Amino acid sequence: MRSILPIATVCIAIMAIWYVGAVFLNAQWERDQAERAGVEIGWAEIIPATMVQERPVLPAPHQVAGEIWKTTVEKRITSKRSLVYHGWITLSATLLGFAMGGALGIALAVGIVHNRAMDLSVMPWIIASQTVPILAVAPMIIVVLYNIGISGLIAKASISAYLSFFPVAVGMVKGLRSPDRMQLDLMRTYNASAWDVFWKLRWPSSLPYLFTSLKIAIAIALVGAIIGELPTGAQGGFGSRMLNGSYYGQVLIIWSALIGAAICAGLMVGVIGVVQRITLSRMGLAR
Amino acid sequence: MKQTEPRTVALRSVRWATLWGQLEFRLFLLAGVAVIVGALMLLPEDKKIVAVLALPWLIAWRFNMALSLLEGPGIKYVVPTIFGVTLLFLWERLVTDLEVPLVILPAPSAIWGALTTNLPILWVDFVQTVLKSVIPGYIMGCGAAFLTAIAIDRLPFLQRGLLPIGNLAAALPIVGIAPIMVMWFGFDWQSKAAVVVVMCFFPMLVNTMEGLQASENMQRDLMRTYAASYWQTLLKLRLPAAFPFVFNGLKLCTTLALIGAIVAEFFGTPIVGMGFRISTEIGRMALDMVWAEITVAALSGSLFYGLISLIERSVTFWHPSQRS
Repeated sequence: MRSILPIATVCIAIMAIWYVGAVFLNAQWERDQAERAGVEIGWAEIIPATMVQERPVLPAPHQVAGEIWKTTVEKRITSKRSLVYHGWITLSATLLGFAMGGALGIALAVGIVHNRAMDLSVMPWIIASQTVPILAVAPMIIVVLYNIGISGLIAKASISAYLSFFPVAVGMVKGLRSPDRMQLDLMRTYNASAWDVFWKLRWPSSLPYLFTSLKIAIAIALVGAIIGELPTGAQGGFGSRMLNGSYYGQVLIIWSALIGAAICAGLMVGVIGVVQRITLSRMGLAR
Repeated sequence: MKQTEPRTVALRSVRWATLWGQLEFRLFLLAGVAVIVGALMLLPEDKKIVAVLALPWLIAWRFNMALSLLEGPGIKYVVPTIFGVTLLFLWERLVTDLEVPLVILPAPSAIWGALTTNLPILWVDFVQTVLKSVIPGYIMGCGAAFLTAIAIDRLPFLQRGLLPIGNLAAALPIVGIAPIMVMWFGFDWQSKAAVVVVMCFFPMLVNTMEGLQASENMQRDLMRTYAASYWQTLLKLRLPAAFPFVFNGLKLCTTLALIGAIVAEFFGTPIVGMGFRISTEIGRMALDMVWAEITVAALSGSLFYGLISLIERSVTFWHPSQRS
């Protein structure tokens, strides 16, 4: 835990830069206001004023924190103004997509490791599929799926799934191939069946890789769900919150949705990290 | 399973019997039969003929299975190409034979048609999005991260603080800053480049910081015995050792940059750009044009990635992953 002090220092530094940035970016508006009113104002008046603007260029951290507090704790969670309500809409799509993508990724990896034809023909296309900026066409996929009668949760989840299968597939191919020749030969001397080699050697040794890729996958699944919410607008979620905020110039709403999404991402990655630590230490694989 | 067996078998001698012996092949045949039967049962009366399309798929796959047992320089390219061409063919036939409406999925030929007739528009969008937003943002973001990593290289305290935060930031939905950047920098390419800068910064920073730790103590000690200065050690040992990591970050950032620029265009843009075109053509239900734009985006993404990979190969030719 020797890194707590440095991390705290960096966090404080980021906060300090944020406050200074807020003062400088918001000062112009205060000066314009004062000029219009015909009064001279100095930094002594400007600095406190920049902290409480209603539509700041850059809101101060405590404003964002206040907005998050107001929309999570002080609102009923069924209310459309509650960030928890919107957060759950996004999270449910994220988790569903993550589960679908994770399962697909593992299945593909198992196929690729066991079948050379699949390795040669599918692997290059999996890699190529990720150079398609899918996030950018996510809104279109939503519209297309809407046309064939799939909307809402499933549509968003399918984008999350498309994004999250890739890190899992690539990580698992690496992981399932990580047992070395000696270990595979040992299994052969035991006359182990293909199933035993998979279940007792390849799968356990792939778990460290699996957890690492699951962390990447869930983060990217959240991004996919947020982007998937952009075109459907009013239906809710972090993405539509951001879009509404940008339409109506409500900077605080954008920032609180952004920070809320960031907290969710951090929590989900953290949960996988805890599961990883418990599983690997029980298997004796922890470093 | 079969990995220990030699693969230098002539194509002729790969008999059906050997293939039949493979569990995967039996599973595969089973899947093929299931698809045909399912198609025959589910499709409307006049479309049942489409089930025949499973045949070219099976034939192509059987061919690929045989080919993949061979060793050879070309196999690496031939097998995926056959797979891709088969997919394209099936897509074309399925869409035309089943008369799938254009709004759901256009046929490859329709996309190709839209691509060739709208080349001038696509080119203007490409210039706006890739040349004006992605490339400057990518260079600024990756450059700033690289320089930051070198600057804080001498401060282990800052590194220990920044590395976990950088890792966390790489997991954050950073595209969300797009509306904020559009508010700050206006509708033109500046705001898109700003999003790209922020998106590229943290992955690049983390990779470069890890890379700078990659040289071994022995090697550093050797540089000390040569009385090499800090900068000499950095330039001659640690930077070259860091390059595999640096290029890893650079390659990651190519896709991120393209995504950032296109998504930012959804939040406000002048009337050119890939993101703008995609969102307006969706509104007009001109899906073939949208797919043409996606093709251009995918092509530019792959080219960008390929370019960085080529540079990587020439810079880090010594690394095990680059040697054949």
